Amino acid sequence: MQKKRKITRNFTLLLIATLGAVIMTYPFLIMVSNALKTNVYVIEYPPELIPEHPSLQNFADAWSSNNFQLYFRNSAIVAVVSTALTVLFSAMSAYAFARFDFPFKEPIFYILMIMLMVPDITMIIPRFELVTKLGLRNSLWGLIVVYVAGGTSLNTFLLRGFFEQLPHELDEAMLIDGASYLDIFFKLILPLSSPALATVTIFTFMGNWDEFTWALTAVDNPLKRTLPVAIYSFQGQHGTQWGLVFAAMIIALIPVLIVFFSMQKYFVSGLTTGSIKG
Amino acid sequence: MKLSLQTQKKVIPYLFLIPAITFFLVFQLFPIIKGIQMSFYNWSIMPGKVSEFIGWDNYTKAFNDPIVKLAAKNTLIYALVTVPGQMIFAMMAAVLLNTIPKGKGLFRALYYLPVVTSWVIVSLLIRYMFQSPQGVVNYILVDLLHIVDSPIPWLIDRRYAFIPICILGIWKGIGWSMVIYLAALQSVPKELEEVAEIDGANGWQRFWNITVPLISPTIVFTLVMLLIGAFNVFISVMIITNGGPMQQTEVLLLYGYHQAFDFLKFGYGSAISTMMAIALTVASFLQMKFLRRPVEI
Repeated sequence: MQKKRKITRNFTLLLIATLGAVIMTYPFLIMVSNALKTNVYVIEYPPELIPEHPSLQNFADAWSSNNFQLYFRNSAIVAVVSTALTVLFSAMSAYAFARFDFPFKEPIFYILMIMLMVPDITMIIPRFELVTKLGLRNSLWGLIVVYVAGGTSLNTFLLRGFFEQLPHELDEAMLIDGASYLDIFFKLILPLSSPALATVTIFTFMGNWDEFTWALTAVDNPLKRTLPVAIYSFQGQHGTQWGLVFAAMIIALIPVLIVFFSMQKYFVSGLTTGSIKG
Repeated sequence: MKLSLQTQKKVIPYLFLIPAITFFLVFQLFPIIKGIQMSFYNWSIMPGKVSEFIGWDNYTKAFNDPIVKLAAKNTLIYALVTVPGQMIFAMMAAVLLNTIPKGKGLFRALYYLPVVTSWVIVSLLIRYMFQSPQGVVNYILVDLLHIVDSPIPWLIDRRYAFIPICILGIWKGIGWSMVIYLAALQSVPKELEEVAEIDGANGWQRFWNITVPLISPTIVFTLVMLLIGAFNVFISVMIITNGGPMQQTEVLLLYGYHQAFDFLKFGYGSAISTMMAIALTVASFLQMKFLRRPVEI
């Protein structure tokens, strides 16, 4: 009797969880289902979740149309370059803050931290002015420099905390063996911090890959668009060809999902840290 | 050539700080100061044309602008709806996943999916679903459930246009708080619950009297973080309604953006952005200063 009740209870719980999962993933199901339907130029009514003749035509069309591959490449360049620079620069400055003493160290760190809390969107107007003056508008560099600036302050803060937890005795042992401070950085601090560096890399990459507002504002030249902006304007041009738009969205989502599902354990640890910028 | 350790110790921190500090000064600190400066000018974007200094005019204008009032009201409504919404559903999901016998990892990943998906994609999805008359949501409400008689003009009528935006805000954020609550729930000692159960407390009483007080720092932490996030609302409104119809769904940051990039009023846009920046930075600062981060994360 007791056991039977327990089974019923577990079954009910799983049922509720499944229902929740359907609600949470329903928009994604609609996206996938519509991407698999061909030639839906008018909105289908009543909407069918299971396509009658599923086909990958939309994916082929999206991939080969409207400079899509160029946008994918732009996004990849921007995300990879800015992530690499961000991780390198923030590891360097975090090392300086964590292991050395210099005048005004804490005030500098404090200013960095406070400025970090200023939301990016509120800086968009002066940044637009600045990047225009520097001649970086309509160039992928105009995106990269801004992403690197925002990311470096945030990750300096995170990595300093991690570096400081690494025991100083290891540094001293290496110094006695004749190592330089550069050796300590490259051969001790960086290898020992790989979990923290992985978390930082993932969150920085995802943020840069998905960034929309600055990319929309700083780039007018259609050839320099990144994927999020391209998809947004894609929808504007192909207002009723949602199948095509959804296929494009899924292609853009694939790198994110690969990172997410393969690196899930890093997500939980990096969760609150990644949220500082909302 | 190898420098002495003493010299290295003096030189290396500066060398290592140069890239980070340069980027910080040029693309963070300078724009912040520049934005404040611009907010005191009738800023001209034409090259060579002199911008006129107008003191606090942009700020007084903002305080008398009916759309600013409306945008402030909308932003506040968004926060008041989506923050509790996210917290309640996230807590329900966390408690549920904490008790289910199997599949916790899978469900957690599925509930978290909207969090990792970009705002552009989810906003476009919501816009698609809430089309009228023939969107998926109208189909469900009219033809499947018969809750309403005729399709609701979601994105066209100002009375309804904010609903999809709030639904998106809640749906996208549930997974984030849920994962944090899950971690907190796992830190609650099982013995306490068992003792209370023996004393005859039912599930609901145990939750309110034991679990909630124990994880309250976590709850406060998510509350503050979500509030800050809610006042940052921007992309979803831009994509779903772009502030329309007739600017009725404007939110503060979007209105500042529209002033600058649609009407070329860079000074006025900067004034609105500067006020938002100050408010949000102070809020984040107080959060950092006074709220201890939940230890388990």
